[in-house]
Amino acid sequence: MSSVKPRGKVPKKASIDEVIEIKTLIRHPMHSGRMKDKDGKIIPRQIINAFKVEFEGKEIFSMKLEPSISTNPYIAFPYKAKKSGTFNFEWTDDNGKKYTMKRKMKVS
Amino acid sequence: MKIKKMAQIRRRDAMAIILGTAGAFIMSSSVYASKDKFTQRINKITNNKGAKETEIFLDVPEIAENGNQVKVNFEIESPMSQNDYIKTVYILADGNPSPDVAKFSFSQEMGVCSATTRMRLSKTQNVYLLAENNNNQFFMTKSMVKVTIGGCGG
Repeated sequence: MSSVKPRGKVPKKASIDEVIEIKTLIRHPMHSGRMKDKDGKIIPRQIINAFKVEFEGKEIFSMKLEPSISTNPYIAFPYKAKKSGTFNFEWTDDNGKKYTMKRKMKVS
Repeated sequence: MKIKKMAQIRRRDAMAIILGTAGAFIMSSSVYASKDKFTQRINKITNNKGAKETEIFLDVPEIAENGNQVKVNFEIESPMSQNDYIKTVYILADGNPSPDVAKFSFSQEMGVCSATTRMRLSKTQNVYLLAENNNNQFFMTKSMVKVTIGGCGG
């Protein structure tokens, strides 16, 4: 699926102990396995089922997604900035395919 | 003789009515099966310990016009220190085909326990938040969402 595209917004700069907000969105149909196509056939389940965020190699936040999550899953969460580093975002779909994204943040 | 025959028919009718009612009972109980499934799910998550109902900031709309995109946001007051932090947060919906919506895993590094996402709701129902802290204690809160057009593509 070439249309699957992750996007994310992380502030480039932050001050120490500032609570920043990280926003992510991945373009994905999230077929729940219940919807039907035009011919009345059930579209098989195909969703993003896991999301993981690492900061400097350490896992800080993860999420398990179920079919009840909307199309184009949007996930936002806060983070208390302590030092400069890189965030690694990783989405996994039902086939085990991974979509990744990196974002850098400078803390001063 | 004729009268006796009629009585027999009536008895047969009565049997049919009894069986019919029993059938209707079985059918109506299957409608509520998802409610049982929901209670079972909560018991499974909490290891039959149950959850304490508390006030947690769970932000869901009162009325959702489109059940396909319902924003859900929560914030739990917690020091998020090594000895006291929220480990897991479950979002559950009791009227969806499957009660689970999402499971969030937090770490102390985050400093704050909060998250936002969007979910599907098939009909008007309660949305539950179930939080677990590092001492395996559970806290729960719920909020009713009225859904105008259901999501889930039922």
